[in-house]
Amino acid sequence: MDINQTPLYRRRKRLNQLVMVLCQLATLIGFVFLFAILFTLVTKGIGAISPSTFVERTRMNGGGLGNAIWGTFVMTCAATVIGTVIGVAAGTWLAEYSGKGLMAKVIRFINDILLSAPSIIIGLFIYAVVVVPMGNFSGWAGVLALTVIIVPVVIRSTEDMLRLIPNSLREAAAALGAHRWWIIVRVCYSGARAGIMTGILLGFARISGETAPLLFTSLNSNQWNFFDLGSEMANLPMTIYQNMTINAFIPDLVALAWGGALILTAAILILNIAARYFSRQRS
Amino acid sequence: MTADIHLDQKRDAGAVEAAAAPQVATKLRVNDLNLYYGKFQAIKNVTMEIPERQVTAFIGPSGCGKSTLIRCFNRIHDLYEGIRTEGQILLDEHDIYDTGIDLNLLRSRVGMVFQKPTPFPMSVFDNVAFGIRLYEKLSARDLEERVEWALRKAALWNEVKDKLKQSGQALSGGQQQRLCIARTIAVKPEVILLDEPTSALDPISTGYIEDLINELKKDYTIVIVTHNMQQAARISDITAFMYLGSLIECDDTTKIFTQPKESRTEDYITGRYG
Repeated sequence: MDINQTPLYRRRKRLNQLVMVLCQLATLIGFVFLFAILFTLVTKGIGAISPSTFVERTRMNGGGLGNAIWGTFVMTCAATVIGTVIGVAAGTWLAEYSGKGLMAKVIRFINDILLSAPSIIIGLFIYAVVVVPMGNFSGWAGVLALTVIIVPVVIRSTEDMLRLIPNSLREAAAALGAHRWWIIVRVCYSGARAGIMTGILLGFARISGETAPLLFTSLNSNQWNFFDLGSEMANLPMTIYQNMTINAFIPDLVALAWGGALILTAAILILNIAARYFSRQRS
Repeated sequence: MTADIHLDQKRDAGAVEAAAAPQVATKLRVNDLNLYYGKFQAIKNVTMEIPERQVTAFIGPSGCGKSTLIRCFNRIHDLYEGIRTEGQILLDEHDIYDTGIDLNLLRSRVGMVFQKPTPFPMSVFDNVAFGIRLYEKLSARDLEERVEWALRKAALWNEVKDKLKQSGQALSGGQQQRLCIARTIAVKPEVILLDEPTSALDPISTGYIEDLINELKKDYTIVIVTHNMQQAARISDITAFMYLGSLIECDDTTKIFTQPKESRTEDYITGRYG
């Protein structure tokens, strides 16, 4: 008998087609939402964007988003640099040195909790331990809050990527007489570089849009603040939030908020594409 | 070719014939070695000698401990926890299990090539230069010369001389394995351990590597683990047969393959098990 004709085979084939259609539907729904968001942002935001948006500071009337974009950029970069140093070091320890010890299990568990901790809790924590004792909101407090968010992301991706490096490579390097740290720096990092970079970029994208942790830390400001991280610092997410809530009666500011949302989304999109580009280079 | 006859302790001492032929220096001497993975004993009372500048082949069925044994010679086992050894391994009559031995220095003297090619994720040139840079500070020109020398010695130079900057992982399997051999030779070790170096390769690449081993034994002591008995017969001077963690017999390759003393050796090489 032809195998195509057996009832079992026909049933399996129908099931296969059904599951395939369901998967495509699910993908389609995801795409619809993604494009609806992008479409809304572009239609509502594009009108508010002009060169002056990037160079003017925020004002009650008119103005731009320059100081907020700059503040977000500075704080995000600072948090990413600090977070990369701590995260890569901790991830390396977990992957290369910790073995099966209890310490590693505890750290990994805490890291998983941090990874999914609500960001407002992290903002509150920094408020309590930094802002209150220092007596004022500051860029540094914002940087710290963002660092706490990005560190677990970097730890996780560093550990995962280092674990992908086969032990045979470590053995081969050791068999040439290389010290352990040299094996890690020269062999393991070379192989894991693309993956770790991807993790850092995704972490950067994640914290660049965080609002809650900045609420009680860097606060916001409508002044230009280039590098004075000791005082309040403007940032894009808070500006969007304020313009859409307490300033919602001023149409100009609402329009600017949409423009800011578009700029933020575009920046994150570009970062994600960059991250994908890096991870593709690995394979 | 004659050499000492190296026998498992369990054998009747009377069966040991004194070798009358000219003495070959002993590079590695294994004294009553035992190795445990946790509670499992993988190496049982192995005693043997490995002569200098000859090829010593280990044969035996999978899991008999031959890879485990040669991985003791550069103490690569020390990378992992839960492995315990007893006994001695003397390299030039110095125990490599002594406390105070610099493991990295030991490994620069006893190089190793693995079953699966393991090119590092870097360029062909950097792969070969990796080990050199660890122990020698050469000028750029001397380094280039040394890399070329190692690649020529590994019979790979002609194939890669135009792609030294390309990734070592982009080479074919056989080329990758020769790259790993070049990398090992580049640091000028005294002993080269080869753990089934051709089992992942096609016959042509295997041929290249066997020729290479023949060439290398002029300067280096070679220890090779192989599953392929024809290979052991073709390239080795001494063959050691291992079974269930014990060294059953170790003798001149021609003797092992023509008139083995132990019935288990004969059974194995005639294909009755393994």
